[in-house]
Amino acid sequence: MATRSEILLPPAPPRPIVWLRQNLFSSPFNSLLTVLSLAFIIWILNAALRWVLLQADWSIVFNHPLLYAVGQYPREALWRVGINLTLLSLLIGASWGCLGRALRLFSLLYAAMLAVGILWPAQFETLTLTMRLALAANIGVMGLGYLAGRRPFVTGRRLVLSWLAALAIALVLLSGIPGAPLLPLVPTGLWGGLMVTLILAVGGIVLSFPFGVLLALGRRSSLPVVSIFSTIFIEIVRGVPLIGILFLASLILPLFFPPDVRFDRLLRALAGLTVFSAAYTAENVRGGLAAVPRGQEEAAMALGLNRYQVLTLIVLPQALRIVIPPIMGQFVSLFKDTTLVSGIAVLELLAVGRSVLGANPEYVDQQAEMLLFVAAVFWFFSYLMSYASQRLETALGVGER
Amino acid sequence: MTDNNNEQPIIICRDVHKWYGNYHALRGINMEVKKGEVIVIFGPSGSGKSTFIRTINRLEEHQRGQIIVDGIELTHDVHNIEQIRMETGMVFQQFNLFPHMTVMQNITLAPMRVRKWPKEKAEEIGRQLLERVGIPEQANKYPAQLSGGQQQRVAIARALAMQPKIMLFDEPTSALDPEMIKEVLDVMVELASTGMTMLVVTHEMGFARGVANRMFFFDEGQIVESGTPDEIFNNPREPRTRLFLSQILTH
Repeated sequence: MATRSEILLPPAPPRPIVWLRQNLFSSPFNSLLTVLSLAFIIWILNAALRWVLLQADWSIVFNHPLLYAVGQYPREALWRVGINLTLLSLLIGASWGCLGRALRLFSLLYAAMLAVGILWPAQFETLTLTMRLALAANIGVMGLGYLAGRRPFVTGRRLVLSWLAALAIALVLLSGIPGAPLLPLVPTGLWGGLMVTLILAVGGIVLSFPFGVLLALGRRSSLPVVSIFSTIFIEIVRGVPLIGILFLASLILPLFFPPDVRFDRLLRALAGLTVFSAAYTAENVRGGLAAVPRGQEEAAMALGLNRYQVLTLIVLPQALRIVIPPIMGQFVSLFKDTTLVSGIAVLELLAVGRSVLGANPEYVDQQAEMLLFVAAVFWFFSYLMSYASQRLETALGVGER
Repeated sequence: MTDNNNEQPIIICRDVHKWYGNYHALRGINMEVKKGEVIVIFGPSGSGKSTFIRTINRLEEHQRGQIIVDGIELTHDVHNIEQIRMETGMVFQQFNLFPHMTVMQNITLAPMRVRKWPKEKAEEIGRQLLERVGIPEQANKYPAQLSGGQQQRVAIARALAMQPKIMLFDEPTSALDPEMIKEVLDVMVELASTGMTMLVVTHEMGFARGVANRMFFFDEGQIVESGTPDEIFNNPREPRTRLFLSQILTH
């Protein structure tokens, strides 16, 4: 019998051979299953890799990098997109420097994305040497941003303000200012591709989140008008499919404005996506609000905090922490739902791919390649968001007391 | 706010009734508490003791009768309620510390936001209070990292940080492991010795005997009997009081 002073260590983990024998080959039936599964996996991998590397013709993807990236954006105005990209690289680097390890993988993946652009397998007329060098320079800019971000004058608050300022600058640069000699107007009808997908997704997420929180609070409000309006809004929006909301946004929004003001198509799409996502976010937040123990509110009230302070300082921080998983899931959904805006004539990434396919007879049997490429891009960004969500959950202790 | 000389009771309850739907939880409570008194409220569960103490700071609303705290009447007037809550501190059975803030942040939150004190003053008061309750080294920890007894002591410090005139305790030791009850009771005894007006709902009869000025026995929403600890323990008049005391004093 062990005395208190002896230390017993738990048994060591088994060596690999032993592990294999215990888990994969523990009985004749299991061994058979293992062998069959291995054969199946090898067969699939073999067929897939052979197709991808040898049989597939990826020219539909490789010949049109700019279309997939920015759609029909005038090629002579691409320098404006370039500046935005530089701003983005700088801010990503600075955020990495300021927040440290948490953003390391994110920044490296961003650099990998730029590397894909630099090494794009197409001729230099399609993606010029200048552009590739610009992309390479962006990696350097990100590095500079990182170094700057580590200095003390870059605080979290200044970072947030910089992001917001950059967003505003980016939109102004892209659309142009009427009458400015260097920045002629570029109608949003010409914007397209991954740029539009990202604008809609980021804009939708950033706008729908506060809107959703307000709706959730409104639904729980003790004022009947507010609570009834919020409930009706949420239930109607949740009851209509997103494509329907987008059509409605497309048709109804112009009615609110005088007839000669043409309500921008991209803004209509953004409005539809925001409204849709806000309703779902509201329900998620409402669940979180209900999960905060009533004693928290009571303690805050007993201390003399007013209703607004109780909400913003005590209840909401705890509620939002609880619902990070479903809210991030909602954001990933929103990102993928941006493909539906092709229904109201906004050319996002998938629509660009399909129009390239339709307009060029020589690509007629390359549909699979195009779809796989678009799917890979979507997967890449969705995984990025998923990963960020997991890191956020660990950092904030979701699921622990 | 009326000027309060030392003869006016700091808490006056006249004929206080409360219903939950059709259930009559408080049936005509009359009580007067003088400044500096330590009142212990005890009784079987469901007797309305917690409900009563929670009506004092409007966590529960009374439907009939008057409650006057420090000269301010407790009505639907939000301003009155806010004033009263600034002058009453409450300690809960479940501690109710804010889990997303450190101990120091828990304590300094209300003084900074409600009394509008600057951060340095609030933190200085916070440090003194943590010393007073015996855990100055825990200032930067999160509540989840503390034991139950430590958390309840932080809760007491948090309530005291607002420098209230009255402290309300709703079964402060009922959720604690037995070995931690003493450390919390010690803090409460020290608090009583400094002259704080305290209303304590508790089953800890040792505490009552040692520190209480008066005790009130609640049963079925009414005050059955009241008196000094001497009177209650040695000479309970009502049979219900005698029965209850015999049940809880045998172990």
